[in-house]
Amino acid sequence: MTEFALKTSLPQYLRAEQLRIEKFAREFGLDFFPIIFEILTYDQMNEIAAYGGFPNRYPHWRFGMEYEQLAKSYEYGLSKIYEMVINSNPAYAYLLEGNSLVDQKLVMAHVCAHVDFFKNNFTFRSTDLDATGRIDPVRKVEGYDPNRRWIDKMANHGSRIRRAVDRHGVSKVEEFIDQCLSLENLIDPWGPFLGRHKVPDDGDQGEIEVPRLRSKDYMESFINPEEYLEEQRKKIEEQREREKRFPERPERDVLMFLLTHAPLERWERDVLAVVREEAYYFFPQMQTKIMNEGWAVFWHSKMMTEKVLDASEIVDYADHNAGVLATSQGRLNPYKLGVELFRHIEERWNKGQFGREWEECDSLEAKKHWDLRLGLGRRKIFEVRALYSDVTFIDEFLTPEFCRDHKLFSFSWSNRNERYEIVSREFKQIKDKLLFQLTNAGNPFIYVEDGNFENRGELLLRHEHQGVDLRSDYAKETLRALVRVWKRPVSVATFSEGKPTVIRFDGREHSSRSSKASG
Amino acid sequence: MSLKIDQDHSRFRNIVRGKIRQNLRKYISHGELIGRKGKDLVSVPIPQIDIPRFRFGDRQQGGVGQGEGDIGDPVGGDDGQESGQGKAGQDPGEHVLEVDVTLDELAAILGEELELPDIQDKGKSKITSAKDRYTGIRRVGPESLRHFKRTYREALKRMIAAGTFRPDRPIVVPIPDDKRYRSWKTDVEPVANAVIIYMMDVSGSMGDEQKEIVRIESFWIDTWLKAQYHGLESRYIIHDAVAREVDRDTFFHTRESGGTMISSAYKLCLKMIEDDYPSSEWNIYPFHFSDGDNWSMDDTLTCVELLKSKLLPQVNMFGYGQVESPYGSGQFIKDLRELFSKEDRLITSEIRDKDAIVNSIKEFLGKGK
Repeated sequence: MTEFALKTSLPQYLRAEQLRIEKFAREFGLDFFPIIFEILTYDQMNEIAAYGGFPNRYPHWRFGMEYEQLAKSYEYGLSKIYEMVINSNPAYAYLLEGNSLVDQKLVMAHVCAHVDFFKNNFTFRSTDLDATGRIDPVRKVEGYDPNRRWIDKMANHGSRIRRAVDRHGVSKVEEFIDQCLSLENLIDPWGPFLGRHKVPDDGDQGEIEVPRLRSKDYMESFINPEEYLEEQRKKIEEQREREKRFPERPERDVLMFLLTHAPLERWERDVLAVVREEAYYFFPQMQTKIMNEGWAVFWHSKMMTEKVLDASEIVDYADHNAGVLATSQGRLNPYKLGVELFRHIEERWNKGQFGREWEECDSLEAKKHWDLRLGLGRRKIFEVRALYSDVTFIDEFLTPEFCRDHKLFSFSWSNRNERYEIVSREFKQIKDKLLFQLTNAGNPFIYVEDGNFENRGELLLRHEHQGVDLRSDYAKETLRALVRVWKRPVSVATFSEGKPTVIRFDGREHSSRSSKASG
Repeated sequence: MSLKIDQDHSRFRNIVRGKIRQNLRKYISHGELIGRKGKDLVSVPIPQIDIPRFRFGDRQQGGVGQGEGDIGDPVGGDDGQESGQGKAGQDPGEHVLEVDVTLDELAAILGEELELPDIQDKGKSKITSAKDRYTGIRRVGPESLRHFKRTYREALKRMIAAGTFRPDRPIVVPIPDDKRYRSWKTDVEPVANAVIIYMMDVSGSMGDEQKEIVRIESFWIDTWLKAQYHGLESRYIIHDAVAREVDRDTFFHTRESGGTMISSAYKLCLKMIEDDYPSSEWNIYPFHFSDGDNWSMDDTLTCVELLKSKLLPQVNMFGYGQVESPYGSGQFIKDLRELFSKEDRLITSEIRDKDAIVNSIKEFLGKGK
């Protein structure tokens, strides 16, 4: 550790490069938190990468697994980590010792754009530690400088869990962490923007008294007519009916529900809270993978080729850049897709290829030469980077022309040939498939439906089925983890091959039965 | 320097090993999930390491890709084709962890699990051979080894830096400083100095299940001895009433009918040793698998005589594994045990079923011979 702390600061010549690159970045309009670069040897790099970018995390074997993978692929020369940056204020970024100067510059430029994205994209607002109540995703105060000291936060999580380990033993705590991680994706990414749910008051449930609008006696029947009062009474009744349910309305933040209502020991609650907070921290990165990488590539290309590089470096740069953007074996490369879309948007808004007239134009020829010389491109992409996430980004800006030019296709599993096959090059199908993959970062939608299922204190979850079944072996194991936390049988209502099904685990065995479609 | 991750890493390794430990018997008895990839890599997928979550079934999902191809063409091309390796890594964009365990590691796990002692080297000279491999690049070298592409690229870099490169007339002329040459490294490879001679009874009474047991057992013996000796040769003999040498594939797949003359195999084995493997230079490990139903007592006595006077003095150890078959008497192992109770180079082991393989390996290899 001490050695670590001593040697990681940037040598003078790289520090000079950093200042130069940051200056260019600001001139281009990028707006980022202060960035602290550290220079690491490859095993330090692999270590920190295994910990998700943080030098201090709680102890858990999966970080070791990550490390093994990274270390092996480095040793076998399959891949190495070029760049790593974490969403934090100030932001931390890591350079690999021994990389060529061209690479280091490339990484610095790339990192500037990432940090700009962290600071300005709305999804990351939920990682502000000083935000209170409902977070406004868009509006920002002048001189926005939030507390995002996640380095400290993660280190605190580490010591909280270490304390639990000291008291209760490694295996016990580790086992519980494993269970919690099984539930890690059961969060509500938009929760932070909705504000906390109102705390239910245990007020008396007496006679319904409909609040009347104030009126003079003689106006009463006009201002508060019978129908109106009846309507109000119904509303209140419905409300009361709902309040009897538990939870009142389906709850997507399953982890929060468990934290509040599951019979957990204190240390267990602590562990679950840590896992939940970290899940919320990492989620925006999953929601904006394509945009974030695209944005970074867009800016490093621009800065490198226009400002930073001198002529002798251009070949090496081009070589490495091509490597980053390569698509292999028909796989979609988020870097490539992202940067091409940003360039496409910039070009369209520069040429005025948007709006009603453009949409309604039927002539391919006219569209091809459409150029209103508006020059709005740069402004537009900055707006996009602030207000979109991958789903809306693809939804709005993926065009048939783009799909065709970049040879996108959709594929699916062929039972007959036992392999994945290309099924379509139709724009709509490609877009649907892509959006489905991106929605909720590829996770199924799961809600807490009933915390007192069949009046037996059991937990009922509901999977909102959108065409793809849950993987049943995984679902069963996840139920096992849920039972560990909830301490009572847990069921999940879903669909299996078109039929409504409830899978239940009672602590000893799984059962599944078909059911009437649950509401 | 110690890293914080080491703790998590060794914890993970222990879990992996624990998994292998628990499943070790299963692997051995079913022989599954073990394949040689490349030179000596085996991959052991450990799906439990993938923390279960609510997630979508893969097959229904599909995805989006980029590139050439018509409708109906396979995606990704290659990895879908590999058979018998599970489905790991087929799904674009999905990470299924395969923990790669090298054969050496596997042997180490085996050794640890079965508490096998390391084999004591007989002190025989290790023969090595050298081989050159072209792996690097240098600035000097003979013209015949010039690396055209690297040279060209250096020239291009220099010309761009110097401003003499004209895109409209892209002529690149290397100067001597640009030249790059391939360079080589000399690898020393040990030549085999240990040999395993597998003998198997393929008479009518040996069924498929018996052969499967032999196959699995010999895989593990192979793995262990390979970890102990840098170079290892294997030879294969099958016999019924007569013996002949075969290749590995034939060894495991032949089924003959007919009587059993074990001495025929021992004679061939002896000839092999005398012709090719002088015992002063070689570590020799014959293993013989049979159901123990020999033709006659006379033949058994011939075998005993051969073992006593010729074979045992020359080998490190001689393993006899008897698999249970529904037919024979299984007399042979009893005879051997009776007559060689004091000879510790002859190791006998009875393998009743697949589950007994582990113990049998321990019996064979547990003495560090």
